[in-house]
Amino acid sequence: MKIGKEFYRGFIKENPVFVLLLGMCPTLGVTGTAVNGLGMGLATTAVLIGSNMVISLLKNLIPEKVRIPVFIVVIASFVTIIELTMAAYLPDLNDQLGLFIPLIVVNCIILGRAEAFASKNGVGASILDGVVMGLGFAFALTLLGSVREILGFGSIFGIKFVAEEASTMLLFILPPGAFISLGILTAAINKLSMKKG
Amino acid sequence: MADKKKMESTFFNMVIVLTAIALVSSLALGFTYINTKDAIAAVQLKKTLDGIKEVLPEFDNNPYESKYNVEGFEGVEFYPAKVGEDYIGTAVKTFAKGFTEDVIIMVGFDKDGKIVNTSVIQHKETPGLGSKMSTPKFKDQFMGKLPSLENGIKVTKDKGEIDAISAATISSRAFCEAVTRGYKGLIKGGKK
Amino acid sequence: MSNKLIVSLSPHEKGELSVEKVMWGVVIALMPSFAISVYTFGFDAIKVVLLSVVFCVGIEFLIQKFMLKSETTILDGSAAITGILLAFNVPSNIPWWQLLAGSVVAIGISKMAFGGLGKNPFNPALVGRAFMLASFPVEMTTWPVPFSNIWSPATDAITAATPLGRLAEGGVKALGALTDPPVEAVDYIDIFIGKVGGSLGEISAAAILIGGLYMLYKKIITWHIPVFYLLSLAGFSGLLWIIDPSKYADPLFHLLAGGAMLGAWFMATDLVTSPMSVKGQIIFAVLGGLLCGAIRIYGSYPEGCSYSILIMNAFVPLIDKYSKPKRFGKEVNYG
Repeated sequence: MKIGKEFYRGFIKENPVFVLLLGMCPTLGVTGTAVNGLGMGLATTAVLIGSNMVISLLKNLIPEKVRIPVFIVVIASFVTIIELTMAAYLPDLNDQLGLFIPLIVVNCIILGRAEAFASKNGVGASILDGVVMGLGFAFALTLLGSVREILGFGSIFGIKFVAEEASTMLLFILPPGAFISLGILTAAINKLSMKKG
Repeated sequence: MADKKKMESTFFNMVIVLTAIALVSSLALGFTYINTKDAIAAVQLKKTLDGIKEVLPEFDNNPYESKYNVEGFEGVEFYPAKVGEDYIGTAVKTFAKGFTEDVIIMVGFDKDGKIVNTSVIQHKETPGLGSKMSTPKFKDQFMGKLPSLENGIKVTKDKGEIDAISAATISSRAFCEAVTRGYKGLIKGGKK
Repeated sequence: MSNKLIVSLSPHEKGELSVEKVMWGVVIALMPSFAISVYTFGFDAIKVVLLSVVFCVGIEFLIQKFMLKSETTILDGSAAITGILLAFNVPSNIPWWQLLAGSVVAIGISKMAFGGLGKNPFNPALVGRAFMLASFPVEMTTWPVPFSNIWSPATDAITAATPLGRLAEGGVKALGALTDPPVEAVDYIDIFIGKVGGSLGEISAAAILIGGLYMLYKKIITWHIPVFYLLSLAGFSGLLWIIDPSKYADPLFHLLAGGAMLGAWFMATDLVTSPMSVKGQIIFAVLGGLLCGAIRIYGSYPEGCSYSILIMNAFVPLIDKYSKPKRFGKEVNYG
């Protein structure tokens, strides 16, 4: 298993957002700016790595019939830990993402990877899968956030490149802009990955 | 997978596993909570104090501790500030219904009731329109103004003295209404 | 035998109307409004319409040529109509790059992404306008004062409130001279011929009526959609007006002011995005008119015409499904 190929898988070929279309709620909800997208992506990555690790360690101890409740308890614990830590040490980011952090629990990517990957593979492979998929998710959210921030605020990572009073395409910061940008980016990424095969 | 046997889904196994997982999670959460509790409280306090500092001149007491409320002005909070024993002004956390949800702002009044400064604490107004209420161009207009006891403070469209943000009259009105509400509460509470 | 029997798909008889004829007919019908807007807003009006048409046609050409690598159909006039209608829906002092952004959305997203002419569910010009209104609310609602700068490009926008804007801001009394300080009362003759502030093409109800009648005469549209749309708007606003004339504006005002005329005649009747059967068209138009009145009176936007048509566009497939004419040969209930 080559690391480079794994990353290509997480970022482009099986990108959780653009190809698998998982976790649409945070994707559409918090990507108003690049920083928010990155923050949400990294928080999700941390939860994903943690839950993948724990679930792959516990996979032989979990009875088949209660696996979903167990997954959810594990995921929810990690999310709460991340939430408390962010509230304590990254208050600004927490203000921005606040509402969406608890929703990581129901993010399909995490449950999906737990069910499809971590519960069937070893610890090392599961952690790598968490890293790759998490970073792929973070990459997608940052990209979407950047596009919306550039068009909607005229800035990138908070650095403004148009005049303070200049008008920008506000629609891209509003919810419809999230759908439009996501649709166009999905089409572009799919075209790209189809060409590469 | 085939090499190791999975735990069977018997009733006993399920109860044991779920209980164990829940216990371990609770322990982990409790541990995190204890370790972050103080830091979170400190952040909250600092946020409120920073908000008060932004709208009032230098003070040396802790306005957060002497916070009070005024009857008939539910949801409005008053933070009196002092230098030594001298009262210098009050920061008022007040609100009004904006374009979408409540706009929550902090207004600082000096001891004569003149506005020192304002800051937006929370709003859900349209980005790029109503959100411009935190820009100096709009909020600096309030500095040094003494609201009238009857009419408070209003936008020019309502025969007031504040120029509304273009295309965001409702947000501008909400801002003025919040300031007015804070001022009236302050007067009724008798300025402490 | 050299005579072959050629079997082809229906339709076997084709009418005289082709896509080109219909589209250029609409363009001609739009000319009276264009003339009035040039008379009112001067050189800027010509500039905005020309730019918009060039943008829309150009974007369609680029997409067909380089992205789809298909035949280019820009000469059928549909992109030109989108361009003109988009321009008619914006103030005359709109910056060119915002018009370009609106055109990209109108043609690129609302039309070509769905497969081009005939496959777009929403009227492209209205999608462009909705995008611009959400994106550039300041520029889209800052109308230059009519006759202020006829032959020189507008530098500083002097805001002229539209009649609907005045209604939304100050209620019915803001339309008369009752306000303090007194403002000039809204004159219905002025709104009818177009001596008011507003977007390019919507100011003159008279010019739009002339264009609409021309389209009826040329059989480009049928009368059902515009008439029922306007009747339903008038009925709804009229009912409220009868209940409380001091709170609600009268129906004539609602018919003449804003984009209701332009919407009813030129955008609701878009052949692609309106229902096929007469019954469907009537349902479409009545509901659209109600929505327009509801948005104007209860909504936070002063003008609801464009949104009412867009919302009804979304219902067209459903309306078509339930208003299908009976199949030939199927038993018909004559009762």
